[in-house]
Amino acid sequence: MSVSTTFDLAANTRRKTKSKWRGGLLGKDYLWALAFITPYICIVLAFVIYPVAYGLWLGSDINTYRMLLEDPVYPRAVVNTLLYLAIGVNLKLFLALMLSGFFVRREWWVRILLLIFMLPWAVPAIPGYISIHWMLNGQWGLINNVIWELFQTDGPPWLDEANFAFGSIIYAYIWKWTPFWTLIFVAGRLAIPRELYEAAEVDGATKMTLFTNVTWPLMANLYIVCTLLSTIWSLGDFNVVRFISGGGPALSTHVLATLGIRNAFELGNPSMGMAVVISAMPLLIPLVVLLMRRLSKGEVQI
Amino acid sequence: MSGASLARRSGDRAKLLRRVTDVAAMVFGLFLVFWSVLPLYNMIRVALQEKEDVFKTDVLPTAPTLHSFEAVFTESYWLLKNFWGQMGNSFEIGVAVAFLTLAIGTLTSFTIGRLRIRGGWMLTNAALMTYVIPMSFLAIPIYWIMRRYGLGDTSLAVIAVEVTFATPYAIFIFQQYGASIPFELDEAARIDGASPPQIFFRIYLPLMAPALVAIGTYALLLSWNEYLYSFLLLSTESKITVPVGLGKFLNSDEAPWNYLMAAAIMYGLPPLIIYYVFRRHMSGGLTMGGVKG
Repeated sequence: MSVSTTFDLAANTRRKTKSKWRGGLLGKDYLWALAFITPYICIVLAFVIYPVAYGLWLGSDINTYRMLLEDPVYPRAVVNTLLYLAIGVNLKLFLALMLSGFFVRREWWVRILLLIFMLPWAVPAIPGYISIHWMLNGQWGLINNVIWELFQTDGPPWLDEANFAFGSIIYAYIWKWTPFWTLIFVAGRLAIPRELYEAAEVDGATKMTLFTNVTWPLMANLYIVCTLLSTIWSLGDFNVVRFISGGGPALSTHVLATLGIRNAFELGNPSMGMAVVISAMPLLIPLVVLLMRRLSKGEVQI
Repeated sequence: MSGASLARRSGDRAKLLRRVTDVAAMVFGLFLVFWSVLPLYNMIRVALQEKEDVFKTDVLPTAPTLHSFEAVFTESYWLLKNFWGQMGNSFEIGVAVAFLTLAIGTLTSFTIGRLRIRGGWMLTNAALMTYVIPMSFLAIPIYWIMRRYGLGDTSLAVIAVEVTFATPYAIFIFQQYGASIPFELDEAARIDGASPPQIFFRIYLPLMAPALVAIGTYALLLSWNEYLYSFLLLSTESKITVPVGLGKFLNSDEAPWNYLMAAAIMYGLPPLIIYYVFRRHMSGGLTMGGVKG
């Protein structure tokens, strides 16, 4: 959604606040300011700080983690999560970067194409995923119908075999999220001054060297921030696995986000669920720290 | 003479090359259309089938009918019996989330950005952290906390969670957009004796209108599309939202895929229309993103 996002960076705000501080908030004005800010403080306390603290408390028993390690589903979910992030996020962003080069073309039909290309992102996630789920059904799905029509042979059981099911999850994820990041990269490319390209062309640059010597150096920061942000968000993505494979077959395609919910609500063990989530922290926290550091340098806007 | 013909010939070559790349780009474009539309085509194809035809192996809909849409409209199938109630719930929650996000977001960014309250950066940081933390990771504690607050199985709980996760982004956009409103306006108003609420309502809000439209749409769509929290926090049949209702289809033993797809299309249309109507407003700042320095 965040097409025109700009992080007003925490560090910048602080600097601005200090330098422009005129001591204008006195008496009544200060009370007004407090009143204005109270709703958000209440929300942060009630629905962020308290849940985080409560969640940490739920997952504070060491024995839960011992139980978790004995559960054969857990290591599988860890491997799945890592593969899903490594393949899904990188493939998606690489495709988005390449496609953004296509979508900055100025022909009229490319603009119309962009509108069609945005459809997977504009349609809510659940209908799209449900449709893919049925489309990939081994017996009656559209894909295997087509394979039968063309080759008179049965297609693979997309969702009933662990590797195919995992591949299907990656497919659905890329289908759904590539458009959004393509838009971000299109914006990034449009922000590069045209004179740079013109100057490089005068110097005899080819399409390839234009990309490696102009586009990429200027986009690298944006690309890295997008990778971090997308990795963090995908780590918490529940819907795609839930609706494409449901974690199956035989619990083989769970990721941490879905396994946590399963343990907490289907198995009725909130501590086990929270333990799964907390076990993702060694991955999440460094990513968040890296991202914050990148953002507070103020070099990249999204 | 010969120089001119050489130039013409190399001009022809360049033209030919450009035509070849144009054709290649169009072929690639066709592939992109196919890729993007395939699952959506599947949705429409199944929605146009009869319940019994769902298990046929046709690629094109052989006998398209609007029966499943009719069933959705008249709620004449047991899993659809409260479809419009669910649409209403989704809509009510969405409007409430949009309104609260706008109200709380503008008040907060006004106080941090315009009134420059001391320590405002701490709130900005808290918002940034909330924006970055995946929503689903707090689902388990929030479920139990909502019950403790006495909000178990209420739409108020869903609204609260969605506002919590929509507000940080709102605050960033408002702060960024607000920076373009000259401070002299506030100062002039202050000299004339305006109080903070007067500045907020008479100067800040009217000048923020474009950002309000963008964030209002964002919050509405975030809420409309949200599944996990609605699924966990709402259990009474009459309170659930559409995506939760669609999820229930998947757990039923029957396979009413045509009804499911028809309902999914009805649910998907409003955000699609909103997106394409408000696209200009939402992508107005498109060129602002990207590379800086």
